Amino acid sequence: MSEKIAITVDDLTVAYNYKPVLWDIDLVIPEGVLMAIVGPNGAGKSTLIKSILDIIKPIAGSVKIFGKPYKKQYQHVAYVPQKGSVDWDFPTTALDVVMMGTYGSLGWIKRPGQKQKKAALEALEKVGMLEFKSRQISQLSGGQQQRIFLARALVQNSSIYLMDEPFQGVDATTEKAIINILKELRKAGKTVIVVHHDLQTVPEYFDWVTFLNVKKIATGPVKDIFNDDNLTKTYGINYKVSIQQ
Amino acid sequence: MTSVQIEIQLIACLVAMACAIPGTFLVLRKMAMISDAISHSILPGIVVGFFLTENLNSPWLILLAAVTGVITVILVEFIQKTGLVKEDTAIGLVFPALFSIGVILIAKNANDVHLDVDAVLLGELAFAPFDRLEISGVDVGPKSLWVIGSILLITLTLLITFFKELKLSTFDKGLATTLGFSPVIIHYGLMATASVTTVGAFDAVGAILVVALMIAPAAMAYLLTTDLKKMLVLSVLFGMISALIGYWVAHWLDASIAGSITTVLGVLFLMVYLFAPGKGLISVLYKQRRQQIEVHLLTFLLHLQNHEEESERHVNHLNEHINWGKVRSKSVLDLALKNNMISINNDIISLTAKGKTFTTEAIDYIITNKNAAIEEMKDRFFLFRG
Repeated sequence: MSEKIAITVDDLTVAYNYKPVLWDIDLVIPEGVLMAIVGPNGAGKSTLIKSILDIIKPIAGSVKIFGKPYKKQYQHVAYVPQKGSVDWDFPTTALDVVMMGTYGSLGWIKRPGQKQKKAALEALEKVGMLEFKSRQISQLSGGQQQRIFLARALVQNSSIYLMDEPFQGVDATTEKAIINILKELRKAGKTVIVVHHDLQTVPEYFDWVTFLNVKKIATGPVKDIFNDDNLTKTYGINYKVSIQQ
Repeated sequence: MTSVQIEIQLIACLVAMACAIPGTFLVLRKMAMISDAISHSILPGIVVGFFLTENLNSPWLILLAAVTGVITVILVEFIQKTGLVKEDTAIGLVFPALFSIGVILIAKNANDVHLDVDAVLLGELAFAPFDRLEISGVDVGPKSLWVIGSILLITLTLLITFFKELKLSTFDKGLATTLGFSPVIIHYGLMATASVTTVGAFDAVGAILVVALMIAPAAMAYLLTTDLKKMLVLSVLFGMISALIGYWVAHWLDASIAGSITTVLGVLFLMVYLFAPGKGLISVLYKQRRQQIEVHLLTFLLHLQNHEEESERHVNHLNEHINWGKVRSKSVLDLALKNNMISINNDIISLTAKGKTFTTEAIDYIITNKNAAIEEMKDRFFLFRG
């Protein structure tokens, strides 16, 4: 891991209708980590990711990507939204959705060509979805749709990947396939940040973790801070008992 | 056909085409009702524009009215954002208010001019050819034709130029934002286009038909294709076809052209809704029926696997014990035989090797409910296909 900082979150506060969802978050994410964001429902995990991506405007604080605001750095960041955030009945194919990942590098008006198509096909192959490239997206299973989203992020060839619950509603095979790709990304020096729900798999999948519950509870290497103390602080009492079940 | 007839049909076709393009995106964005709101609330814009320009086809009037359309959208979104009412309620609050302002303005001031509420709601295509455009004394055709033709040209140019951006922001607004495109600009661009088209079309076909021409062709196309480009082409074609058929129905019935076109759109939609392959009602019912038989087959196979004794495996047993009627028993047996899952000897049914494997895997799927298990089965067996 290099000493470079990928993302700096400074005094970030986000509120919906005057109710704080994120409160005074300070976060430094080093380059090259594979980090889980964990916390109970309503802890603001997705909001944190969306604030980093400038989709949600904070009422206070700032976010820097490699030392600069997001607007100047968007080409370095890829985003995998929650599967439920789009309408899967939209008339388009798997390949076309993956191609959308290339639109950022194209900019306005310019159209995707052979180069973009080739990149999209490669990304589809990487996630094991090449044979489904011409399928209409509503005809894909939940796990396949998640892989399409992952391929769309891969095609952006970014330095930072932000993923909102990529394992939600996918079967064990897909989960394995996705985590392998994430580990490959880390090996290639990319920074990967994942909103994650399954606490059991945190030590196995990730090397960095952030505990979040409106406020930041802790952030750091999994081996140092993934302990009962922080789990209890984040999820409330008796977490030790419930995680062992 | 007289030249007037050709001109009317040409105007109707151009209006239909110009409406179908923004309409397709409104349908995909689940904003169909916004077109209704826009079409009504541009009325005060048209009235004020008419007082200022005294010309129903002036570009200034069209722009002014289109601005009212965009204001409608902004107001609806503003009310919706307060979180006190839902979007459909907000639409229902905004457009009648604006429309009524237009109605009052007409009643108070425009009694002596060519602008009345009937014309606004229903339009009068039949009169469109009488309002001619003359350039240095030469008649170049009806004004409406030029107005809607220009609007169509602009819409097409915008569509081709920003197709990628429109598609991306319609499908995934979040991604559009993170990739550096501004979905807000695209959103209001689309709303402005829809407003301009509505104003341009509305003199010819009226506020109500504009809505039908925007939504119905797109809704039909949506049921027929899974490709956005094809959906756009189909929408445009459906709009044109309805316009042409509608014109001749009106001619034959001696009725309102706008009303006839709308009726044709309704009838065409009904046909597509019933008969569209895949998404149509009949196709869906057929699929449900087929799935029902397949589930029955599975029940039957499970029964065979659970019972070794011959008495439980007799053909008649299907009717007696499992309590199925003759027709259903026969379709289930036929399906099982066709797929080589059972063999029948002296009316005693046995599972074949293939039938046994299938049953075991099916149970496995039902118990674990894992997508991975079903994925393979889809290809090898007929059951559970998408």
